[in-house]
Amino acid sequence: MTMLEITLLAPFIGGLLLAWIGHRTLAGWVNVATGVVTFAASLVMALDVFAHGPQLSSGHLFYIDAFNVYLVVLTAFVGMTTSIFSRPYMRHEVERGRVTDRRMRLYHSMYQGFLFSMLLALSTNNLGIMWVAMESATLTTVLLISLYRTPQSIEAAWKYFVLCGVGIAQALFGTVLIYFAAENRVGAEHGDTLLWTVLHDTAAANLDPAVVSLAFVFLLVGYGTKVGLVPLHNWLPDAHSEGPTPMSAVLSGLLLNVALYALVRFKMLVDASLHTELAGHLMMGFGLLSFVVAGLFLHRQHDIKRMYSYSSIEHMGLMTFAFGIGGPLATFGALLHMTVNSLTKSAIFVTVGYASQLAGTQRIEDIRGLIRTQPSIGWGLLIGTVAITGFPPFGVFISEFLLLMATMKSWPWLTIPLLVGFGVAFAGLFRHLQPMVFGEPPTGQKPVRANMLPVAVHLTLVLWLGLSIPTFLSNWFEQATLLIAGAPLR
Amino acid sequence: MALSSLSLYSQAIILFAALVLFSSFVMLAQTRMVPLIFTFAWQGLLMAVATVLVAIVSNHKHLYISAALTVALKVGLIPWVLYRLSVRLDMNYDTEVIKHPSLLLLGGAGLVIFSYFIALPIVHLSGLATRNTIAVSIAVELLGMLIMSVRRTAMAQVIGFMSMENGLFFAAVVSTYGMPLIVELGVAFDVMVASILFGVFFFHLRDSFDSLDVSHLNLLSEANEPAPLAETAVATTPGEHT
Repeated sequence: MTMLEITLLAPFIGGLLLAWIGHRTLAGWVNVATGVVTFAASLVMALDVFAHGPQLSSGHLFYIDAFNVYLVVLTAFVGMTTSIFSRPYMRHEVERGRVTDRRMRLYHSMYQGFLFSMLLALSTNNLGIMWVAMESATLTTVLLISLYRTPQSIEAAWKYFVLCGVGIAQALFGTVLIYFAAENRVGAEHGDTLLWTVLHDTAAANLDPAVVSLAFVFLLVGYGTKVGLVPLHNWLPDAHSEGPTPMSAVLSGLLLNVALYALVRFKMLVDASLHTELAGHLMMGFGLLSFVVAGLFLHRQHDIKRMYSYSSIEHMGLMTFAFGIGGPLATFGALLHMTVNSLTKSAIFVTVGYASQLAGTQRIEDIRGLIRTQPSIGWGLLIGTVAITGFPPFGVFISEFLLLMATMKSWPWLTIPLLVGFGVAFAGLFRHLQPMVFGEPPTGQKPVRANMLPVAVHLTLVLWLGLSIPTFLSNWFEQATLLIAGAPLR
Repeated sequence: MALSSLSLYSQAIILFAALVLFSSFVMLAQTRMVPLIFTFAWQGLLMAVATVLVAIVSNHKHLYISAALTVALKVGLIPWVLYRLSVRLDMNYDTEVIKHPSLLLLGGAGLVIFSYFIALPIVHLSGLATRNTIAVSIAVELLGMLIMSVRRTAMAQVIGFMSMENGLFFAAVVSTYGMPLIVELGVAFDVMVASILFGVFFFHLRDSFDSLDVSHLNLLSEANEPAPLAETAVATTPGEHT
């Protein structure tokens, strides 16, 4: 279990260390080093879980199984690559005078604090601690969004703070209700009944259905706010467009996944208790709504980061929909989609950060001729967008294809809105992308120092997942599918 | 439910729960800053008293710790921080215009009825001495949400947020005799950090918008063009809008 401890302690200690280091040039490197240590430890831990099956820590506070182990690795990995990107990028922002030196201390320590909160939320076994970690993730990102201290960023951070605070409070109430339902049924020690393992193995089947369904509604509203499901999505584009780009990358690529993970964990309990499809149907409805609405919003965007944040909402909606369908095939597809969406989205945001630095603006109309000015950025943006819209041979195509297949099997009529949604989103992204990449560059546009290595690595991984999924990964996905859907894939 | 058939302690718990609910209504239509903060502190105190009573009835020792946490945070630290801020930002005599106070209070009453409706299946299951107050705790939470959605100043929104948190805490106390201690501590820590952050944001909001009226926050919407990247030290390139 020590590797898990290192995985959690590395960002925690790193965050404290970075708060102490302050704004020295060293800070960026320490940030990268922390990311590398976290990723290495999580990888070793994952291999251990792969060899010996699920692990429960001695105090029962942490539980690692097939479902969350790959999310832990993914989070650590994207956290690491984004920190590699963030070092030169944020230095450039300081040089341009958008961020003062003093605020870099806040940025770095909050970045690691954010990663720590997410890893804690993923690996904890206690549903209450999971909520606490999600709330901590909110608090750390509030400080990251308001980093530039412009009126817009203050407004975005305030809205995010208020909306997510209210939302996540509902999730706490849902957690209290689950705890209440379990206390009534389980003769366990007071305090053990919030442990997911205890709930799932012994209690779920005899929880009271009325209370559990009420709890799930609250949980869906609560964690759904954080996932960015449609009536509660307003904070997401604002936060993405006004915060620093590395934060957008980890927010889109990781935090939304963690919230969805929490929701699916609860769905497993609820399904076992209700024996009906209620939870699934709710998730399908909200997911499909988000998917369609976000696809339409893609067309009316003027801000490049805002546009891609709507693409995030769309894909989170698709995943929620898929987990809602809940069959083995749909679950497998959703797990794969979580992974490829994370990798692609963070790569896109990294590229978008460079593109807006190069053009000196985030206005789509003013970003022109990326390929002419700096081919690596132009091609990165093009390939990233091609990947996210679900073209073969990228991984997103595979997962979306699986989801379509699953929909075909269980809800044939719903394939129509799905296909229309894909088409609408594709058109929305490409009408803006085409002039940005191929247009005439404005005179005097100069290349910027860009480290495209993270982007290349991410997109290569997505391509690899599209061509062939490695055995160990598909094994994990199959184990997780068995856990979540309750039936094997074949 | 005949009140007289309950023990004196249970009756007292119900009385304090009712007072907590009443304080929520006071906050709902309180237009002046300082009384708003003080009412919030009162709500925390009443809740702490109710928690201690529950602890006596149920013989759960860790509820005393919860009550102590409530007093320290929600009667002491948070109201004090908010009060200091209101003095520093020179808004302790400010009043806020509420458009339809009577409608608002009626809506609050509607929420209370709705909470009783929601609580039916829960109360039905519960065997605890405090089960009659579960609906009240849900109502406090929903009223906190209502405060957040109708009030226009940042201060009132923060109070609404915190009072929502109060309702959640109270729900945990009366439905399950409190969450496990580790979770309570975590939640308390989060609330404390959140209150400090809110304080920091008061200054940011005032510096950016010259007021703490949240209705001024309308820079970001789908209809607006994005602002050019502000405060760039570089010379503006062609194509950059200023």
